[in-house]
Amino acid sequence: MISAYHELAARRWRVAIILTIAVIIIYFGFIALIAYRKEMMGSLITPGLSVGILLGALVIVSSWLLTWYYVWWANSRYDERLAELKRQGE
Amino acid sequence: MTPHLAQAAAQSTSIGQPNTVAMAFFFVFIAITLGITYWAARRTRTTEHFYAAGRSISAGQNGFALAGDYMSAASFLGIAGLVSTTGFDGLIYSTGWLVGWPVVLFLIAEPLRNLGKYTFADVVASRLKQTPVRLAALLGTLSTVIFYLIAQMVGAGTLIKLMFGLSYETAVAIVGAAMIAYVLFGGMIATTWVQIVKAGLLMGGAGVLALLVLVKFGMNPITLFAAASAKYGSAMLAPGKLVSNPLDTISLGMALMFGTAGLPHILMRFYTVKDARAARTSVFYATGLIGFFYLLTFVLGFGAMVLVGPDAIKAIDKGGNMAAPLLAEYLGGTPFLGFIAAVAFATILAVVAGLTLSGAAALSHDLWTSVVRGGKARPGEELRVARVATFALGVVAVLLGITFKGQNVAFMVSLAFAIAASANFPALVLSIFWRRCTTQGAVASMVAGTLGTLVLIYLSPVIQVDILKHTGAWFPLKNPAVITIPASFLIGIVVSLLTSDVGALQQHEGSVREMIEGARAH
Repeated sequence: MISAYHELAARRWRVAIILTIAVIIIYFGFIALIAYRKEMMGSLITPGLSVGILLGALVIVSSWLLTWYYVWWANSRYDERLAELKRQGE
Repeated sequence: MTPHLAQAAAQSTSIGQPNTVAMAFFFVFIAITLGITYWAARRTRTTEHFYAAGRSISAGQNGFALAGDYMSAASFLGIAGLVSTTGFDGLIYSTGWLVGWPVVLFLIAEPLRNLGKYTFADVVASRLKQTPVRLAALLGTLSTVIFYLIAQMVGAGTLIKLMFGLSYETAVAIVGAAMIAYVLFGGMIATTWVQIVKAGLLMGGAGVLALLVLVKFGMNPITLFAAASAKYGSAMLAPGKLVSNPLDTISLGMALMFGTAGLPHILMRFYTVKDARAARTSVFYATGLIGFFYLLTFVLGFGAMVLVGPDAIKAIDKGGNMAAPLLAEYLGGTPFLGFIAAVAFATILAVVAGLTLSGAAALSHDLWTSVVRGGKARPGEELRVARVATFALGVVAVLLGITFKGQNVAFMVSLAFAIAASANFPALVLSIFWRRCTTQGAVASMVAGTLGTLVLIYLSPVIQVDILKHTGAWFPLKNPAVITIPASFLIGIVVSLLTSDVGALQQHEGSVREMIEGARAH
């Protein structure tokens, strides 16, 4: 019984860590570009829109998408399996 | 309107004179929130009501409340001001403060809800020895809360002085009194609803302001950015002088990202919902709201830059904190200025209430009940201690707010984030996810994280050069997070490996099950 819980906990942990690493790469990638590639971040895509501003907005949008994905996964897959385990436990 | 007229309009601002509209809106806000407090007070009978609103808050309500707790004056006034005077650089804060939320969601929210009761120390201590863990967590909690409180109090005093013409000290005392009233009588139920009202006002106010800006630029933000770059140079759309030291930028980014997951008043919110699913869903709503708000700050900041002008903004307040109010005055005259000022004030008041409640919970739940009483307080005793602690913290906050008059608000907030990220976050993650984590390891991580951050900040140029006027600083970075977060993790891991904690290992099996199932009956 405990091992099934362990297995589910490990699965959630794997998803959580992968998504956390994704956020870290996205944000620190953005910060590293700001710190070390200033000219590139300042170059204009169209008048008024620099690469930096576009990427900044995309950091926010990608945070939304990652939280949306996790909540979708957890509310369906994870909670289903958890409910199954709880039924078996009773 | 030509640039000339815009500048003239800004110079003839009514900021600094008593604003009747601001006063009226402000008193309406106080009246409504005290009404809520009266209603909540009659429902606050037990400790569980006081700290966790009886676990009765819905995911949607908690999403708004999280956003309300999180979006402080630094977010609204600070970022708009930073963008309006430096352009792109301000966006480092907008993005950094948002990316902390996915981290909270993935790593912290659900285990916290399932393992704890009222404070984050419940979670760290769930498998470890109570007394040392709770004392170490108290150190981290109080350090974070106090620096955050000082920042908000200083911000409130300055803002009210400018908007209402009251003296700084009176303003700080009013904020203190209102905050004590909310928390003391209404507990978490009142505090949550104050956050919800405030989040609605803030989103509404910032939304209308952004809309009025965009109307002037054909509803296209890119046209607005183009106008900014035409007027003040394309450098405004690129990283500038705020990022002169790359390592400092990365360090600030780390403090912003991981600090969110260690803020006691944010973590406490996850106990107000009924289960882990609601906790998780509430972060989803909060991330949506906060992200949208930070996108609005792009528009507000550049709008203030183009329409009001960086010089006119800096003439009112060197830090640029009055950019959003000045923009409101330019677009909607004195009444709209009054409304935005009242919103900013409500923003601070609500954040201060949340902070005080989390500090009081740490003092009464972690220190009094768990350490002094060994986990067995008499009925009603914990609640009484919490109320005394609330009052004491309120008085301390007012006194510190007056003492630290004139300090830089953004710096104080980044300090609070650095402590939260180094003291609380690593111990939480290690105790939740690592089987081998021992009592000694968690305590060492929390104590070293708190003290290390405080010492490095004292040795940094911000204190040594800017405040003490020394020629150099021993530690080169303005924000120590890049050193202290990894160090705190490392210390926790090394000390855990060197010590053994039989109790912690034995309880690990049950703890894993409890973490996902939420087995502990609340």
